[in-house]
Amino acid sequence: MEARKPRLAVWKFASCDGCQLSLLDCEDELLAIAGAIDIGYFPEATRGEVKGVYDLSLVEGSVTTAHDVERIHEVRRRSKTLITIGACATSGGIQALRNFADVREYISIVYAHPEYIHTLETSTAISEHVPVDFELRGCPINKGQLVDVVSAFLAGRRPNTQAHSVCIQCKLKGNVCVMVAKAMPCLGPVTHEGCGALCPSYDRGCYGCFGPKETPNAPSLSGWFAGMGMDSKGLERIYRTFNANAEPFRKESERHDAQDRKG
Amino acid sequence: MTRKTVKVDVLARVEGEGALKVVLRDGKVESAEFNIFEPPRFFEAFLRGRHFVETPDIVARICGICPIAYQMSGVHALENLLGVKVEGPLRDLRRLIYCGEWIESHVLHIYMLHAPDFLGYDGGVQMARDHGDAVKRGLQLKKVGNEILQLLGGREIHPVNVRVGGFHRAPRKRELAPLAEKLKWAREAALETARWVATFDFPERERDYTFVTLRHPDEYPFNEGRIVSNKGLDISAAEYDAHFEETHVAHSTALHSHLRDGGGAYLTGPMARYNLAFEQLSALAKETAREIGLGESCRNPYRSIMVRAVETIYACDEALRVIENYEQPDRPFVPVEPRAGVGHAATEAPRGMLYHRYQIDDAGTIADAQIVPPTSQNQACLEEDLIDIIGGFSDLPHKELQYRCEQTVRNYDPCISCATHFLKLEIDRG
Repeated sequence: MEARKPRLAVWKFASCDGCQLSLLDCEDELLAIAGAIDIGYFPEATRGEVKGVYDLSLVEGSVTTAHDVERIHEVRRRSKTLITIGACATSGGIQALRNFADVREYISIVYAHPEYIHTLETSTAISEHVPVDFELRGCPINKGQLVDVVSAFLAGRRPNTQAHSVCIQCKLKGNVCVMVAKAMPCLGPVTHEGCGALCPSYDRGCYGCFGPKETPNAPSLSGWFAGMGMDSKGLERIYRTFNANAEPFRKESERHDAQDRKG
Repeated sequence: MTRKTVKVDVLARVEGEGALKVVLRDGKVESAEFNIFEPPRFFEAFLRGRHFVETPDIVARICGICPIAYQMSGVHALENLLGVKVEGPLRDLRRLIYCGEWIESHVLHIYMLHAPDFLGYDGGVQMARDHGDAVKRGLQLKKVGNEILQLLGGREIHPVNVRVGGFHRAPRKRELAPLAEKLKWAREAALETARWVATFDFPERERDYTFVTLRHPDEYPFNEGRIVSNKGLDISAAEYDAHFEETHVAHSTALHSHLRDGGGAYLTGPMARYNLAFEQLSALAKETAREIGLGESCRNPYRSIMVRAVETIYACDEALRVIENYEQPDRPFVPVEPRAGVGHAATEAPRGMLYHRYQIDDAGTIADAQIVPPTSQNQACLEEDLIDIIGGFSDLPHKELQYRCEQTVRNYDPCISCATHFLKLEIDRG
């Protein structure tokens, strides 16, 4: 008898849909992946649904409502392996900019009837609510890495992703350093690999969309940026983008925010 | 009077989270609510206080499906504010990158999201078991769109190369050459796509829509033009707020747009562009439209899949035109300097017109931002479709009616992240 194929679910929380779209953007691999697994739940791609427990859950998006706090626990209960995909799910995403602000003020800026809006004061990573088996970084994730993570799950091995900096990828690619040669501020030294050193390859500094690498030294890099003329407002902002709530970036931005307030 | 309630817990194959409630009385739809409950993400709020040069990277994150639309609307609004004109090859490259997004987005919708409705499958992957060649063709065609985005933008989702004033790096002529070969194949595949979708069984339903789109004197609309309608509207983007209003209703986290002064709901997107700019399509796109029986105008929302296919042919043609004429510019961008002011722009996202307005100060810090995505603009029109059209199907068995409601929503290719993942459908037949 043929063994049962692993059953996949793809879940969405607050996000732009870009990371799960990466699965549909695997034009060359999609049908092969669909042949190796049963798609049990993936509303962006299919209206079919298999109820029950899923062998692999891919979770996109951050937790921003009370209902979603409950829902992520339900997803965890129904998932044997839970992998988060993308910056929203692994660090709260760009929505986490509210964590530094008054969310009521945000609501009043965007909506005429604040009373219709139900939202938490924070946007948080999935791992702040439930245990996560693996976190895939990026805003958006790299689809090559996604295919590797799904393959690793199917093969029962560990995903083949590294935690080193974008700088290593730049060196491997033979890029000239944009900070040294062109005096462009670049978050590459503190940013997690995965994008293929994309921004420096396009003549601009890295803006940190894969979040902090392991053991980043953000204060040291900030010193370099300050030497290049960046003020404390700019230093605060450069860490506050798509991974603003990832701890090393959050701490560094708060340090400059405090300095800025002192004047 | 019998009372029936139909519920669908999940409306799939759209982007984002929402719900749908339809109330039928005596065979007529009494009310229809398209409820978007995607959690609010507050982009307009956190753009405040950012430097204007950060705009293209930030607004891209509104939508993973159409980041270029957000980037293009943003950079054009800011360039209008700063008095900067981007012309020549850089302007052409912006048309090219928009062609890439139209191809990948339209083809995703045609093959993976919408065609399964007509052929009776849950999704594109299930459809591939019986229609393998078609789905493979769709995936390869989508890939060509994505390859344009990869080359010009660095990656297909949240591209990194767009900036106010142009691009960070302009491609070399020879980098574009391999794309031309792929686009020639893509144009044929788009032609086959148009012939394929024309064989579907379409409900004969038409409505007298108010179409709103951009109009440019010389070209099918992407980035620039006046905002026009088939009912006499003809304004600049700067006049948008004087003619359109957004209201906030309890059942939706997306705002509803209407034309002011009783102008009501309006339709933006492929059908609006097609009806108002047919003459500006490429020769092959026009010829194909006639061949497949679409004619020069289309008011049947279910046939929007055919319009998307014709627009895909156009996007391939236009991309080829840009590539063949391209000469690498001396510099990849026009320098920009901040100055205080207000700037507006509208561009044509795959699913419809997208309006942005920014106010910045002398240092270039954003004081205020307004973003009106296509799905907000189409939401009221979508509800009117359900009221007008679904009423004609009220005798259908429950399951089929439910399916027809879902299909009617999917005609719009609604982007609910810009607006649905879960569309809960409730039909009350009281």
